[in-house]
Amino acid sequence: MSLQLTNRAKPIDRRPMSAFERLYFWNIFKGMAITLKHFFSKKVTVSYPEETRPFSKVFRGLHILNRDEEGRERCTACGLCAVACPAEAITMEAAERKEGEEHLYREEKYAARYEINMLRCIFCGYCEEACPKDAIYLSQTFTPANYQRKGFIYKKEDMLIPNPVTDKEAYEKALGTIKPKSEKI
Amino acid sequence: MADEIKQEPPAKLKVTIDNVTVEVEPGTTILQAARMVGGDVAPPAMCFYTPLKGSGGKCRTCLVEVSKGSEKDPRPMPKLVASCRTGGMDGMEVKNITSDRVIGARNGVGEFLLINHPLDCPVCDQAGECDLQDLSYNNGTSASRYEFKKRIFKKHDLGEYIQLHMTRCILCYRCVFTADQVTGKRQHGVLDRGDHSEIATYIEKSLNNDFIGNVIDVCPVGALTDKTFRFKSRVWFTKPVDAHRHCDKCCGKVTLWNRGNEVFRVTTRKDQWGEVQSFDGKTGWICNECRFDKKDVNDWVIEGLTTIPRHSVKGANKYKVLDVPKETIGEVMQRKPKLLMDIHSVSDVNSPLIDLSKIEGPATSDVFNKAKALEDKLVEEKKET
Repeated sequence: MSLQLTNRAKPIDRRPMSAFERLYFWNIFKGMAITLKHFFSKKVTVSYPEETRPFSKVFRGLHILNRDEEGRERCTACGLCAVACPAEAITMEAAERKEGEEHLYREEKYAARYEINMLRCIFCGYCEEACPKDAIYLSQTFTPANYQRKGFIYKKEDMLIPNPVTDKEAYEKALGTIKPKSEKI
Repeated sequence: MADEIKQEPPAKLKVTIDNVTVEVEPGTTILQAARMVGGDVAPPAMCFYTPLKGSGGKCRTCLVEVSKGSEKDPRPMPKLVASCRTGGMDGMEVKNITSDRVIGARNGVGEFLLINHPLDCPVCDQAGECDLQDLSYNNGTSASRYEFKKRIFKKHDLGEYIQLHMTRCILCYRCVFTADQVTGKRQHGVLDRGDHSEIATYIEKSLNNDFIGNVIDVCPVGALTDKTFRFKSRVWFTKPVDAHRHCDKCCGKVTLWNRGNEVFRVTTRKDQWGEVQSFDGKTGWICNECRFDKKDVNDWVIEGLTTIPRHSVKGANKYKVLDVPKETIGEVMQRKPKLLMDIHSVSDVNSPLIDLSKIEGPATSDVFNKAKALEDKLVEEKKET
C-alpha cells in the first residue's frame, strides 16, 4: 500500500486481456474517430503571411515617426524618449532648422539623426509615453526578420511615415486596413 | 540709531526654521540659514545668487512665513517675507514647508512666472538644469489657466557666443548684476518696464567682455544659453567631468560636459544650490576663452567625474564604475572574440567624420549633408578597391 496523496487516483485494472480485447479492434476504432473529428473542427493555425492574426488593441510593434497634417516632422530631438528608454536603444543628433526648411520641420530644432536599435528595443512603449510632441508611436507591425544584425538599426528614414501632402497615396496605404472602431469602454 | 544703543550683538544667532534650530552669524539671511539646514527646508531661489551683490528680492519664490520675529519682539511678521533679503534674528522662528500659506504663495508665484514662459522645454538647451523646471515640478499645476497671448519680442543678437531667448526670461536680473560686477564694462541691461521689459544690449552692441560668458551660468532659465553648445546635445546625455587649465585671466577651474572625448560644453563649477563655487575665497568665474574656445580634451587636465545629485536627470544612464567582466575567449580559444556587428559601421550617430564639438554654433542640415556625402564617397572608394 503506497501513500495516497489525493483522492483522484484511479485503481488500474491489471487483469490479463481477453481474446476480443487482444484484437485491439475497438480501441483502434476509438482512436480513428478522434482523428476524424479533427478533420471537421476549426483549425488553430493560420497560413501566415497570407493571413494574419488580429493584434490586441494595445499591441506595441515597430516604431513610426509621425508627421503633422502639413507633412512636417514632429520630432524635435528633445531626447526624452532616449532618456526614458530602459534598454538604451534610442540615439539621436539634433540640428537647427535653417530658413527655407520650415515646410520640413515643425520646430526650430529637429532630429537630423534618429536611430533605434531594434536588437536592444524591448517594445515597452515608454518612448511613446515620454514624447511631448506626438512624434513617436509604436505601430501594429512586427519588426521584420533579417539575416544580418545591421538590418536592425532603424534610421529616421526607415521610421518616418509617408508625407501626407506630397505623397498622399503612400500615406493612405500606410494608414493600414484596420478600421478605427467606435470607442467602447 | 545703532550707534546710540551700542550693544554688542551675541556672537551667534539662533534661528529656527521648520523646527530645526541653527546657529548663524549676525547678518545671515533666512535663506542662507535655511541652506545650512539643507534639504527640503531650503526655499527655492530664482533670482538670489550668493556671489552677486544686490541680487535677490525679485522673483518671490523664496517667500517664508516668520511666525516669531525674535526673542525680544516675538510678534509674527504680518506678511510672508522674501527669505533671501530678510536677515535672521536671535530666536526667530521661520516656517517654510510647514506653512500652508508659504506653499500656496509659492504655487501662485510659480503660476505667474509661467504665464509668459513659452514652455518650449523640448527645444530649450537649459532643460534638465533649469530652475524654473524644478520649481514648476515641485510647486505647480499640470495645466495653465492663462488663455491670452504670451508676450513676444523682437529678436536681439548678442554676438557669436551667447544666444538670447527673451521669451523665456523671468527678469531675475542675475545677468545684469553679473555684467555689472564681473565684467569691467556693462554692455547689457534691462530696457523698458513692466510687461515690456527685456534684456538687451544698448543700441544692439554685441557683448565682447572677457567674462560676459558667465551670464549663461547665472541664468536660471534658458534665456541666455551657450551658442557654441546650441542644440548639440541634451544636457543629460553629456558627461560632466571636473577639469582645470592654466589661464591668465580666470581661475581655469571648470566642468566639462563631454560626449566620449568631445568637449561639448564648458561651464563654471557649481555647488549644490546651482551657484558658482569659490576657490581660495574667490568666486570661480571663468573667462570667455576657457568657456568658448577650448573645446578639446587636450586643453584640459581632467580631475574626475563631477558628482551629480541622485535625483537629477543629468546623472541618468551614466556609469561611474564600469564593471567589465574578464574576457576569457583569448585564453581558451587562442583567438580574439568575433564581433558580430560593430555598431559604428552601421550607425550614423556620432560619426567620426563630424566633430560636433568643433562646430561654431548649432549644427544645421549643411553639416549633416556634408558628412553624408563624405560617407558615401568613402563607401564607394571601398567598393572600387
